[in-house]
Amino acid sequence: MRAAIHAQHPVTVGERLRDAGWIAFVAFILGIPMIGLVTVDVGGKLVVHTRMPLLVAFVVASFVIRLVLRFVIEQLKRRKAERLARAPQRQTAARSLLKPLGWLLASAALVLPLVFSGNRYVVDTATTVLIYVMLGWGLNVVVGLAGLLDLGYVAFYAVGAYTYALLSTQFGWGFWESLPVAGGLAAFFGLALGWPTLRLRGDYLAIVTLGFGEIIRIILVNWTELSGGPNGIDSIPRPSFFGLPFKAPSDGGAQTFAGFFGLDYSPGHRVVFLYYLILVLALATNLFVSRLRKLPVGRAWEAIREDEIACKALGINVVNVKLSAFALGAMLGGLAGVFFAARQGFISPDSFVFSESATILAIVVLGGMGSQLGVVLASLVLVLLPEIGRDFAQYRMLLFGTAMILIMVWRPGGLLSRREPTLTAPAGTKAEAKP
Amino acid sequence: MASFVQQLINGLTLGAVYGLIAIGYTMVYGIIGMINFAHGDLYMVSAFIAVTCFTLLAAAGITSVPLALTLALILTVAFTSAFGWSIERAAYRPLRGSTRLAPLISSIGMSIFLQNMVQVTQGARVKSIPTVISGGIDLFSRGGFNVHLAYSQIMIVLVTVALMAAFTYLITRTSFGRQQRACEQDRTMTALLGIDVDRTISLTFMIGAALAAVAGVMVTVYYGVVDFYIGFDAGIKAFTAAVLGGIGSLPGAMLGGLIIGLIEAFWAAYLSAEYKDVATFAILILVLMFRPSGLLGRPEVEKV
Repeated sequence: MRAAIHAQHPVTVGERLRDAGWIAFVAFILGIPMIGLVTVDVGGKLVVHTRMPLLVAFVVASFVIRLVLRFVIEQLKRRKAERLARAPQRQTAARSLLKPLGWLLASAALVLPLVFSGNRYVVDTATTVLIYVMLGWGLNVVVGLAGLLDLGYVAFYAVGAYTYALLSTQFGWGFWESLPVAGGLAAFFGLALGWPTLRLRGDYLAIVTLGFGEIIRIILVNWTELSGGPNGIDSIPRPSFFGLPFKAPSDGGAQTFAGFFGLDYSPGHRVVFLYYLILVLALATNLFVSRLRKLPVGRAWEAIREDEIACKALGINVVNVKLSAFALGAMLGGLAGVFFAARQGFISPDSFVFSESATILAIVVLGGMGSQLGVVLASLVLVLLPEIGRDFAQYRMLLFGTAMILIMVWRPGGLLSRREPTLTAPAGTKAEAKP
Repeated sequence: MASFVQQLINGLTLGAVYGLIAIGYTMVYGIIGMINFAHGDLYMVSAFIAVTCFTLLAAAGITSVPLALTLALILTVAFTSAFGWSIERAAYRPLRGSTRLAPLISSIGMSIFLQNMVQVTQGARVKSIPTVISGGIDLFSRGGFNVHLAYSQIMIVLVTVALMAAFTYLITRTSFGRQQRACEQDRTMTALLGIDVDRTISLTFMIGAALAAVAGVMVTVYYGVVDFYIGFDAGIKAFTAAVLGGIGSLPGAMLGGLIIGLIEAFWAAYLSAEYKDVATFAILILVLMFRPSGLLGRPEVEKV
């Protein structure tokens, strides 16, 4: 292996410079219309300004970054190749680390509000991460397990959120009564969309689901009597702790959470409660999905992802199995939506745009399709990245897009691409198999 | 009647623009089987470049409309093609041979990147330029309703027809077209025959970008207003058009574009402007239920 590496012709400095020069040239061409020239509104009329120093800086930066990055990547690749040549079995060791990592993350999630009890921002952000984890696990059933490309997942999220918002503000339903209704309704929408369209091939399904997501959003924007239109629905009741609301104790009023447990009232209680609520919901989702994977229907999902024709030949009802994955994924999305509405207290169509679907899909794919733990890691990356970038306000989403491309290029199979087989032959059966 | 003809004209104009963008989707899908989400944003980038070009040309004192239009078209197409090439090279080529979803996610990332890049470098506000082509012909009037055919609409349809003719020639008659179609059928075999597949794919992206750039220039001329968000809407419509016509089929993309343009124009005029997008997607779902490969698409034969 070592010899093989050295046998490759070494890259000369001249070549490196030429390569970086070419990149700088491309950067120059692309930079002219975007960086070098800018149209500025002066008194209602556009005027072109030039920003040559910025363009020069951009070109030089591209040159240097390319030069350094290429060198670093080559070094890293060579090290990795050498390491592999020395110890090829290291790969399996990494895999056995995954399970402890999962437990570690779960226990960290459990104690997080205790550690950061005074820090509302951390708990809030962690709640957001968990919402995405739950959405990711829901979509994982559709995309990761059944292999159906769904670009409109946010529609089911919206159905769940609006169901709870309407039930609670119009009919006074509580969080827990609304949860199954909203989940059922979202599943029904999943069936209604899936039934006519699941016969379509992968990419056609993608555009149909995308269209469905847009249809739901447009209806929410325009059907003002139902959804409040662009203004959305506000003052949605927050969930209570087994009937004990999180309110400042009022004289002679109903029992509150703080009053019942003899605590001093603090608005932080609700934040922590909401955090644990979504943690429970997400963990229940995970347990539910990982159990389902071991049932015949779960096996059928993965079988269909791998080879649809073989499944048909084996007598699996492909349409029904796909529908079950679709409806189940939709239901989980709906449940997450209920929580979202209850947590925000206010929802509007702005929360259910296509980029939200894209983010959830990115979480599933970046995590490594079908990997439950990968979804957690990817949610952490994709939610925390924009949070960290908050200081660079306007560059935030620019970094987000760049990171999505770079992670994909770096690990095309996702962060955790090696999947544990869900089914292994019991020891000894192979030898007994009759011809 | 008069309003019907007017909507027909508006719908065809809009449809021509969608068709041009849809060709980019359909070509890329045909050759590497990926949905290029960044294509709509490329169109948006080209519209911004066109605004810069028109402003520059006006400042340089070029008042002749055909000359300004030609120069803007050439410059915009050149720069946008460079963008198309770079995007493929940076975000999609490293992912060739990996799963089907990897380039899709990468293209979603690219779409976010392009939108925010334009926002950061060119500003988030709407940009408008003075009318480039003004005037038009009043065809006839009936019941106090004038049917107006703007010169810019004539230009859009003429340019689209000319471009389609040139493009059909390129794909069906030239050596590049043969290479491109060969790559669509079987990339490995094409490579074995000594054709540079990577180069063909790069050129395909550049052609798609060039067509999007033409659409961008024409929309800039037609509406005179651009913002960084127009790419998403146009991209989704054009993608819908490509699927409606049968993804991978070039005449299908154009047909799909025209149908969607007409649906939008008529629905907005006669039923409700708010729900025109709902109508577009509903018709797409209906068509796919009865013709799962789109209007002109060939059904995929699955080999076991």
